[in-house]
Amino acid sequence: MRIRIRHISTYSYASPARSVMQVLRLTPRNHEGQHVINWRIEVDANCLLKRSEDAFGNIVHTFSANGPLMELTVSAEGEVETFDTSGFVRNTVERFPPGLYLRESPLAIADDALCDYAATISGDSPLEKMHNLLDTLHEKLEFDTDPTHLVTNASEAFAAKKAVAQDFAHIFIACARDQNVPARYVSGHILTTESGETRQSAHAWAEAYIRDYGWIGFDPAYGICPQETHVRVACALDYLGAAPVRGAQTGGSGEALDVRISVTDSQNQ
Amino acid sequence: MSKTRFFDEMNGYGDEPRALYARVAEWLLRTPPEVLATRRAQAELMFRRVGITFAVYGGNDDTERLIPFDIIPRIVGHREWSKLEEGLIQRVTALNVFLSDIYGAREILKAGILPPDIIYKNPYFRPEMSGRRVPHDVWVHIAGIDLVRTGEGEFFVLEDNARTPSGVSYMLENREVMMRLMPDLFSSYRIAPVDNYADALLAALRSVTPATARGEPTVALLTPGQYNSAYYEHSFLADRLGIELVEGNDLFVKDEIVYMKTTEGPKRVDVLYRRVDDEWLDPLAFRPDSALGVPGLMNAYQAGNITITNAVGTGVSDDKAIYSYMPEIVRFYTGEEAKLSNVQTWRCREPDAYKYVREHLDELVVKEVNGSGGYGMLVGPHASRADIDEFARKLDYDPANYIAQPTLALSTCPAFIDDAVVPRHVDLRPFILTGSEGSRVVPGGLTRVAMREGSLVVNSSQGGGTKDTWVIEDTNLDSKGA
Repeated sequence: MRIRIRHISTYSYASPARSVMQVLRLTPRNHEGQHVINWRIEVDANCLLKRSEDAFGNIVHTFSANGPLMELTVSAEGEVETFDTSGFVRNTVERFPPGLYLRESPLAIADDALCDYAATISGDSPLEKMHNLLDTLHEKLEFDTDPTHLVTNASEAFAAKKAVAQDFAHIFIACARDQNVPARYVSGHILTTESGETRQSAHAWAEAYIRDYGWIGFDPAYGICPQETHVRVACALDYLGAAPVRGAQTGGSGEALDVRISVTDSQNQ
Repeated sequence: MSKTRFFDEMNGYGDEPRALYARVAEWLLRTPPEVLATRRAQAELMFRRVGITFAVYGGNDDTERLIPFDIIPRIVGHREWSKLEEGLIQRVTALNVFLSDIYGAREILKAGILPPDIIYKNPYFRPEMSGRRVPHDVWVHIAGIDLVRTGEGEFFVLEDNARTPSGVSYMLENREVMMRLMPDLFSSYRIAPVDNYADALLAALRSVTPATARGEPTVALLTPGQYNSAYYEHSFLADRLGIELVEGNDLFVKDEIVYMKTTEGPKRVDVLYRRVDDEWLDPLAFRPDSALGVPGLMNAYQAGNITITNAVGTGVSDDKAIYSYMPEIVRFYTGEEAKLSNVQTWRCREPDAYKYVREHLDELVVKEVNGSGGYGMLVGPHASRADIDEFARKLDYDPANYIAQPTLALSTCPAFIDDAVVPRHVDLRPFILTGSEGSRVVPGGLTRVAMREGSLVVNSSQGGGTKDTWVIEDTNLDSKGA
């Protein structure tokens, strides 16, 4: 499938910002399930956009723009060809052995409630357990698709029984790690078929490492393994390490952010 | 408990003073308690005047207080010190290579010397630093290594502090107070000076300036601010080093260069002596809610435009489970046997060790692998049945989080408590400085004293005090056994 993605973030300020700095993880890389045909990142301010790679192998762009800025637009767009790999994630850039992903990370800590829940997940093998976790989690929690709702942490979202995609991923990861299965967070995009219209949210899911199989994707928000509708952008221990944008600014009050994301099937337009 | 069980630094195991302490013993004999009490009161006044206080976390009354100071010096002989110095430098050298390795090629894991999860699951391991090199390959610029003594010539390392070890201001202030209060006793010995610490530290910090820096390196000290328990030390050191004391919002990053705001405009910072923990350093890389750090600092660091001391991620080597592997770590990287001994340590992550510890809780000291400041530990012989039972529950819940050590017969040193000279247990934290030209140890360190009779806990947060530490340069005072 050929997927075209446009991810445009426009920041506008009631009083001008003196400076804005951002760390962007908006650029997908190739792996067996996807091939990036073209991609570009633009910032409409006079600044140096520096590209580097983080410790997890994600492509990072960083800039610091000096104001006064009334408005700032950061856009990432390009085309990716995807292939269905039945959830298997192969030929990714790997900088750490799977054991690292058993590490506790701030947004994906299993509290008592999550540990109790994780213990109820049945399955004769870790793979079966992860599939059961995927299924039950999808049924148990309501999927909150409002993109303006903020990411919380695994235990808060679990207690609230309502979760955005990022929360779903954190809950899955916390439970998997609690069961000694290495797990990590993936941020990316999904092409949703509903009326072919765009769904204005970046997506997130999890990957678990299963011995003899390798990394496998699990998308608990939709209760499926990632398919050719999924474009994988960055991975880390949790949202904080893979967040599309992390920023800081000085000055500038009354910030308004408008994010427009369109993910379209570019072959069948 | 019989008093002779412990090695006393003044009297050894008997009543005859060791040669090193003969003059101190004489001084104590001829000085009446009232005079000692006066000296102590004068010392306290001097400390109050300079404002050397520290905050105790969780304290509800007056949170700023003085650390008790004991006026009887602790003395280390020339030969004893030389051996310690060699051992400390060897250990810090190994720690630096170890950190380069675990954030680099991970040879020690490939060689099977350490179980990988001890690194990967360690909360102070920073995956963000993996694959990064630091300027001049120095990670631990300032180390505080806690030593305890159990007998003539018998020293052990109790723990390594490679994050942001504190206490050096006490080493320096204690010396100044002693010189002023007891000039006669002081001048009766040839005592190695400690007041060159500031120069040595500044030289070490300047030596690790990044390759991209131009001209004289600019060094600044980053503090979390006046509410931090060690704020006094931060301002004290900045003053002694003649460098700027800055908080996060005094710095900013532009195009991967760190600048300090000054009245003459932005000034590039080349070396940042930070006393802010890793996770607060940069809200774009670590905790997003940190107001103590500098946005973009990690980008500047990774671009090689600033040296952060100690490097980010050094805390992993403070871990007490990793401590237990230090003999192997030293051997692996230096090809030599460790010159400083470790205390025997049971790793509760290992089933046999756990079983042993569980059955001997009343004899052992049990510590959290990442604990510090004397918090979260059990001193078995001094604990009540209820304390032991409660600790056992915590241990059972997560054995891998604990190590245990025998209750050491820590040496004692005479201390003036209330109105009498009595033995109290002590430890020693020397400070090891490492720059691009290698490591050095300022002769002396911080001697911490457990002020309560029989207590083995010397941490200031647990009521410990300090005393001045004299490294004697006369070799003819060395004891034969040392």
